[in-house]
Amino acid sequence: MTLLSIDNMIYTRSMSHLRTLEAESIHIFREVAAEFQRPVMLYSIGKDSSVLLRLAQKAFYPEPIPFPLLHIDTSYKFKEMIDFRDEYTRRIGARLIVHSNRKALDEGAQPFVLGTQRCCGLLKTQALLDALGEGGFDAAIGGARRDEERSRAKERIYSFRDKLGQWDPKNQRPELWNLFNGRIEPGESIRVFPLSNWTEIDVWHYIHVESIPIVPLYFAKERPMLVRGESLIPVEQPFIPMLPGEQPRMVRCRMRSLGCSPCTGAIRSDADTVPKIIEELIAARRSERENRVIDHDQDGSMEMKKREGYF
Amino acid sequence: MAAAVETISGFDQFLAAEQEKDLLRLLTCGSVDDGKSTLIGRLLYDSRNVFEDQVQAAAKASRNRSAGSLDLSLLTDGLRAEREQGITIDVAYRYFATARRKFIIADTPGHEQYTRNMATGASTADLAILLIDARQGVLDQSRRHAYICSLLGIPRYVVAVNKMDLVDFDRAVFDRIQIEFSEFLDSVGVRDAYFLPMSALAGDNVVRGSSRMPWFQGASLLEHLETVDTAREAAAGFRMAVQRVVRPDHDFRGYAGEVASGTLRTGDAVTVLPSGLRSRVERIATFDGDLDEARVGQAVTVVLADQLDISRGDLLYSGTAKPHATQRFEAQIVWMDARPLDPRKRYAIKHTTRSVAAEFTAIRHRVDIHTLAEEPADRLEMNAIGVVEMATAKPIFFDPYSTNRATGAFIVIDPETNATSGAGMLLRPVIDAKRSGPVTAADRMARWGHRGGIVRVRDRVLAQGVERRLFDRGCAAAFVESDDAAHALESAGMLAIVIDRAAAETDAAKIVRSLELNDVLRPVDRLTQGGGI
Ligand SMILES: Nc1nc2c(ncn2[C@@H]2O[C@H](COP(=O)(O)OP(=O)(O)O)[C@@H](O)[C@H]2O)c(=O)[nH]1
Repeated sequence: MTLLSIDNMIYTRSMSHLRTLEAESIHIFREVAAEFQRPVMLYSIGKDSSVLLRLAQKAFYPEPIPFPLLHIDTSYKFKEMIDFRDEYTRRIGARLIVHSNRKALDEGAQPFVLGTQRCCGLLKTQALLDALGEGGFDAAIGGARRDEERSRAKERIYSFRDKLGQWDPKNQRPELWNLFNGRIEPGESIRVFPLSNWTEIDVWHYIHVESIPIVPLYFAKERPMLVRGESLIPVEQPFIPMLPGEQPRMVRCRMRSLGCSPCTGAIRSDADTVPKIIEELIAARRSERENRVIDHDQDGSMEMKKREGYF
Repeated sequence: MAAAVETISGFDQFLAAEQEKDLLRLLTCGSVDDGKSTLIGRLLYDSRNVFEDQVQAAAKASRNRSAGSLDLSLLTDGLRAEREQGITIDVAYRYFATARRKFIIADTPGHEQYTRNMATGASTADLAILLIDARQGVLDQSRRHAYICSLLGIPRYVVAVNKMDLVDFDRAVFDRIQIEFSEFLDSVGVRDAYFLPMSALAGDNVVRGSSRMPWFQGASLLEHLETVDTAREAAAGFRMAVQRVVRPDHDFRGYAGEVASGTLRTGDAVTVLPSGLRSRVERIATFDGDLDEARVGQAVTVVLADQLDISRGDLLYSGTAKPHATQRFEAQIVWMDARPLDPRKRYAIKHTTRSVAAEFTAIRHRVDIHTLAEEPADRLEMNAIGVVEMATAKPIFFDPYSTNRATGAFIVIDPETNATSGAGMLLRPVIDAKRSGPVTAADRMARWGHRGGIVRVRDRVLAQGVERRLFDRGCAAAFVESDDAAHALESAGMLAIVIDRAAAETDAAKIVRSLELNDVLRPVDRLTQGGGI
């Protein structure tokens, strides 16, 4: 029996939820860097990626981030996204790899020819799998959150992928405490989601407290849009089919999540600062993926993409 | 104008308050049809944490099922669809917030795999909600759930007696259940349980109180969750396992990790395990600037005043209660693998940031999950719970799980399949004395973590260098002057270093490496060298 004096027991006030989430994410980043040979961080340029990047900086400080960032460029991203990507990654000294499915693009792949699903399959999923294969990456860190979509609610923080990069819901490892099992055979890999426990609101709060730079598309501004009922469709690409007599109109709007310009709907909004965005989110009770055309294909489509290797 | 400024600063205040909210992790436990999905749906819906489009989707599905009004269980029921598709259902996480607090709910379905899933969800939970169907009362399953939660060290409990509407909101039913279950909870060491009568379907005592149960004066479930004290009671000793050695340049050498318990201040004296060397905290470095103090849960980088040989998996500690440093210990195990626990097999464990080869040297008993009786066993099947004795190839540094969840927990990995096969809660070191019969080579190996051997080196400086390296790794190693002494150490399973003028010219690092290659020493854990394979 060990004798403990009474002052050996203390009560610790808990940290704020943001600091708790931050510490948990940093822990995950450090585990990945320690346990894998060739990690890579998926960088999508969106708000979640921006948060992820800041957390990576914190995890490794004062070292630089010890792995490259990988951007899968479908070539249909908003120009503002690409400008932001190049400027910001240069400023913080991150190593950036950009990969595109050149073959599919040369063959004219675009959403209005192939449909959103097949286009995503080639330009995102296939491109990602190719890039991970070519780079020999054994761990790919992504910014997905469990609150994004119903099928993600049970996703692991370390999500195991077989030699084909596929996700097998029957073959995932139980995750207890903060003890992650990163053991894999050559050719297998792990997708790692350090933001698993963050919600959309948490992400925005964190961007606010930390003054994290984000792509200006998130902020409300007058932008040319095709207005179709509730939907606002950006007109960055020349191939967007217009209805007879249709003209883009200037609408004060912003993007709630960023993707390819032909497949990302905008929302009407006056929110031009982060606090205003948070205020808007609290008032508007709609889930963030709803205005992403991408998810309208069919119920459970995210789950299908995931099994095929998409995040 | 003034009004506009005021609203903005009002919202700023709201934001500031928002950032100060803390986080409570919940686990909901109940058998199938006790109303778990309905309860979670109700919590989310009544606290305005579901989105309109999700409600519309649920409403659509409710109509399809001709269930009449909105079926709240559909709001969370990602799992039901999967059940139909035969996909493994395990733990789903839901998120919601109120004006006071953020919540993460681990939702585990109450079917056959419950032990494994519940243990997973419970491992990080601060509070468990145990659901009991008022019509059925306390079932075997209710006891099982409570037992698993207490095994995993959940500190706080709510017992929600649900479906009170189906027993006419009868106080006697609730009282009977409370008396019966309190007794059981006491027997498994649960002291802090809050009982409340509820109707998840109708909303009584979920978010708001209930006018139909005036005899119940207590807080509603949500009120309770919002106000329950989350201050952590913890052993005061500082503990931090080293995750990474941070060396951006020659001037900076830091040890990155998460404070597992206690508080660390600059100037504090800390001890490093396995070496036992001591130093002082020079800096607590973070991206946001140096800290004077780091507390439990914070991720920091510690700079020490002295140049010590520290690597991933080492433990920094301070305080009077020392962690146990041992290669043989007793632990409670929850087995999670379809391949049963096999005492003849080699496994690996991951404990804090340390991964080491391990084996099960004995199964003390298995717990009959129905009666909670202890029974002899020679293996543990999936979902079994037992107490085992284990030996590891290198020492681990731990506190009993009951006093420190972070340094008392480990997972078992099957190196043949890489599966996470079990979850372990450390109890105590095994003291060898009670083993009978002569001490065997295996016993010695289990203690020292290496075979016995004689290392021959050219000169005294090198001998001392090798001795230091081996010693710092936790080896039983000594530099001795005579061959006789060396042989004596070897037969005791230790490493002896002797001078031999004929030995090859080399350096201490190479000698240690060759011991690894010759399988005398186990290489410093492969995972720590970056090979996640
Ligand atoms: N009358 C009544 N029915 C309830 C209550 N809570 C849940 N139910 C019903 O019990 C059934 C099972 O509930 P569900 O939430 O799916 O249970 P789960 O299997 O534990 O998730 C459903 O038909 C619910 O509508 C309650 O408080 N009162």
